[in-house]
Amino acid sequence: MREFSKVRRLITHFYLWIGIAIIIFPIYFIFSASSHTSAEILSAPMPLNIGPYLFENYKRALFEGTKNLGTPVLIMLKNSFIMAMGISIGKIIISLLAAFAIVFFDFPLRKFCFWSIFITLMLPVEVRIMPTYKVISDLGMLNTYSGLIMPMIVSATAVFLFRQFFLTVPREIVEASQIDGSTPMQFFGRILVPMSRTPIAALFVIQFIYGWNQYLWPLLITTKQEYFTLLIGINRMMTGADVNIEWQIVMATTLLALLPPVVVVVLMQKQFIAGMTETEK
Amino acid sequence: MAKQYEIKAKWLPYLLVLPQMIIVFIFFFWPSAQAILQSFYLQDPFGGKTIFVGLSNYIALFTNPDSDYLYSFIISIVFALSITLLSMTVSLFLAVQAHKKIRFTTFYKTMLTWPYAVATLVAGVIWLFMFNPNVGVIAWILKHRFGIPWDYLLNFQHAFILLTLAASWKQLAYNFVFFMAGLQSVPETLVEAAIIDGASPVRRFWQIIFGLLAPTTFYLLVMNLVFGFFETFPIVHGITAGGPGKSTSILVYKVWRDGVVNLDLGGSSAQSVILMILVIGLTVLQFRFIERRITY
Repeated sequence: MREFSKVRRLITHFYLWIGIAIIIFPIYFIFSASSHTSAEILSAPMPLNIGPYLFENYKRALFEGTKNLGTPVLIMLKNSFIMAMGISIGKIIISLLAAFAIVFFDFPLRKFCFWSIFITLMLPVEVRIMPTYKVISDLGMLNTYSGLIMPMIVSATAVFLFRQFFLTVPREIVEASQIDGSTPMQFFGRILVPMSRTPIAALFVIQFIYGWNQYLWPLLITTKQEYFTLLIGINRMMTGADVNIEWQIVMATTLLALLPPVVVVVLMQKQFIAGMTETEK
Repeated sequence: MAKQYEIKAKWLPYLLVLPQMIIVFIFFFWPSAQAILQSFYLQDPFGGKTIFVGLSNYIALFTNPDSDYLYSFIISIVFALSITLLSMTVSLFLAVQAHKKIRFTTFYKTMLTWPYAVATLVAGVIWLFMFNPNVGVIAWILKHRFGIPWDYLLNFQHAFILLTLAASWKQLAYNFVFFMAGLQSVPETLVEAAIIDGASPVRRFWQIIFGLLAPTTFYLLVMNLVFGFFETFPIVHGITAGGPGKSTSILVYKVWRDGVVNLDLGGSSAQSVILMILVIGLTVLQFRFIERRITY
């Protein structure tokens, strides 16, 4: 384009760098804070270089935690990981099965099932806090991994995504597998699931992040420290007076909480974009 | 109904949908029905008796002088609108820049996309740390360089600004990804035709590109409002805890606080039901966007 002069291009680069600065600076602050001592952070203004306590702070966070919480980050990392994996894999499995039934079989309750799943879109946790808590407590699932995971694995968007994909599977493939005499489950396991690798990967990225970043639900149902997820841990570390908060450990923990989902997004960027724009959620 | 080859089986499909349906009923329908039911009762939180009180839980929300429900409603709307406006404007601007034919666009796109993975609570903690009156760098600069005695724990305006900044920051990447996808689907021939016609870049943007982006913008509008209303709980809980006083106690924070902390089951349930109606409204709006894809 002739009118797109050098100056204009430079201005565009400049704007984009401002955008990046808006993203990066806040994260740099917490990184910097995680490399200093508590006293240095409290002596306003806090130094903005990378201090010498980086390694020590992360070691303490991972293996000891803060004084006011006392749960090592390693345990909370494990809990967050179990929750995120449980939610993403659980969602994929039950949604694949449900979409398989809804697309490839004709049964009287098909529409009913489809709409029941659809309605869950309108019932996020936030609007049914107390009664869902009561169900979990009646089932004895407070402070358990299944309590953290199970209510989160219903996903209308996942069912829709697989449904859309299954509808594009050529009829001939289904017919051929029927003529070959394979059972429906053989068709599902040997043909349909392997064909669905792309949507499965896309969904995994989105749901892993969703699961890792859950906050309200674990806040409600975990009261024992050994089941705290990282985000709950961060919040508990920050209760109390400002001077008693060990900011350097809190910031190290915050960075550790931020890292895994970011790694997943960066490594699987293509699947991530596809997952986001196709599941539309 | 869907046009796909249909396999013959009698019991198998039921077996396949069973896990999903069990969870839907136990963790979605049953609790939601309970919420509706409880909203008509006055309940002793210690398991005692329950009394049917009709609509009085709802009426109390709006008329009881101690109830801040109307205020909470208004502040939630203002909050959601502020986030939506701020975040979408900045994202659209950045997406338009990153869509231009310049070098390093892949780098820029990656840098502006990855923050999608940042948890809402983490965004809150990051901004809290920058603006904390005792340790925050920005709070220090505001106080010592600009003479603004920044304290979001005492000043409602400060609290509201901080929450809005944190929540909008969190939404930037999400909006950016969708605006990028929207811009990529704008046919280049149309833009080139406008260039030949001599339309200025500003006119090209407002008259052609912005119009073609309308579906994306509409979708994002709904999604950002949903985010502002329902998904900002971690930010409010983490930064202000509804304070100072109850001034930033948005609807989802209030429903949590009244139910979990104050054990007012009837009032909390009534609020849940009102929220449910709100979500249904927003979902219907969103559905207008996806209905082209879902043809049941």
